[in-house]
Amino acid sequence: MIMTTPISEEVIRSLHVGQVVEVSGSVFTGRDSVHRHLYDGGKCPVDMRGSAIYHCGPVVVKENGVWVVKAAGPTTSIREEPYQADVIRMLGLRGVIGKGGMGKQTLEACREHGCVYMHAIGGAAQVLADVVTEVKDVYFLEKFGSPEAIWHFAVERFPVVITMDTHGNSLHSDVEGDSQKKLQELIAGI
Amino acid sequence: MNTKSLQASLLELVRRTSCDLPPDVESTLRRALAREQKGTTAKYALEVVHKNIALAREKSLPICQDTGSILFYVTGPKDLDSRAFRKAGDAAVKAATELGYLRQNSVDSLTGKNSGTNLGPGSPVYHFEQGSKRTIAVRLILKGGGCENVGIQYALPNGALGAGRDLAGVEKCLLDAVYKAQGKGCAPGILGVCIGGDRAIGFAHSKEQFLRTLEDKNPNPTLAKLETRVMKKANALGIGPMGFGGKTTLLGCKIGALNRLPASFFVSISYMCWAYRRRGCVIGGSGKVSRWLYT
Repeated sequence: MIMTTPISEEVIRSLHVGQVVEVSGSVFTGRDSVHRHLYDGGKCPVDMRGSAIYHCGPVVVKENGVWVVKAAGPTTSIREEPYQADVIRMLGLRGVIGKGGMGKQTLEACREHGCVYMHAIGGAAQVLADVVTEVKDVYFLEKFGSPEAIWHFAVERFPVVITMDTHGNSLHSDVEGDSQKKLQELIAGI
Repeated sequence: MNTKSLQASLLELVRRTSCDLPPDVESTLRRALAREQKGTTAKYALEVVHKNIALAREKSLPICQDTGSILFYVTGPKDLDSRAFRKAGDAAVKAATELGYLRQNSVDSLTGKNSGTNLGPGSPVYHFEQGSKRTIAVRLILKGGGCENVGIQYALPNGALGAGRDLAGVEKCLLDAVYKAQGKGCAPGILGVCIGGDRAIGFAHSKEQFLRTLEDKNPNPTLAKLETRVMKKANALGIGPMGFGGKTTLLGCKIGALNRLPASFFVSISYMCWAYRRRGCVIGGSGKVSRWLYT
């Protein structure tokens, strides 16, 4: 399934945990500094409504005056848990792309505002850089440094797995629960 | 030694480490892919991983955008000029950053300012050791922040785990660490472990375990058995690639031991992501690479 931004709430609410989907259109990188900035009441310099924020600190270099993405895999998302629910609401996001999953507050915000957590494959910086067709713009480059800036990427068929949906399901809490049971069994047997 | 040649050799070492996974890691990942069931997200994740490894090699670009902590392990002759070596290493790292083999990854902890060059207090890290040969063996590990963040240190006894000051206690810690990491350290991962030591040397020794290959066997039979046991049990946790659930949670477990104080019993665990970037080379008197390691 290919979803093009801006993605409608209806499409997002039809998605379920475990689905592999592809995103085309606009995604915006944003990680620790950006989340903190927005949470503290700072302005977002670009309209992200209907698209996805991508937890990513890419390698981007300028070649002949043009920004070229050299590597762009996801960073660990859980660090944004204190801020994410508010950021989803404030920016009207339909997707949060990252790795490792997020917590209860974000899951609740996904349910309430119509957003999903899209898990990109961690470490797959080349596969994911390959689907960035253009760097549209960059914000906060000076202020936050390159990995922490907001990079506006045009993407084509960016591959993700839905691991948190609008129905209150999280693959991460399922796997954590199952593995905790298994851990207790194993520890009891040592 | 010719400084320019040494710099060029180290730059090539950084490029290879960042862009091309060592063969033992790739073949272990291939076996993991074969193990996962068709149609699962675990299989899908490992397929993307393999596609990524091939693409990074072909394009000569970083496997992962988080090119991580830059850890040089240098074994040289007794007259090795470590200050000159650092200078050449720093120059190579700066050049590798400009070329996009390394991300701008070194941030001032007080001001939040990125140095833009990967140079600064604590970056890169150099470990020097005296060897018995005339040549210099340089090993490089690039370790990303996601996996570094899930590293953990236990002090035994640990009441919550029922872990005492023995190998059974250590085993419980290791399984607990894998559980706690879930997919957040980019599973399937590799554990580097140190039993004993103090808090600082424990973590340093745990990282040195990553200089071993995945296929080697621990020369200490007790530790070898523990490694095998932990691998089997950790992979029964079902966390799987990326924490999606699946059969492969760990690719390797490498354990070392150091003496401890009677009052202390630390278990220090470093977690390495699947993008286990480790390369090495032997540099001769001219500053040129005479042989690549881990090939």
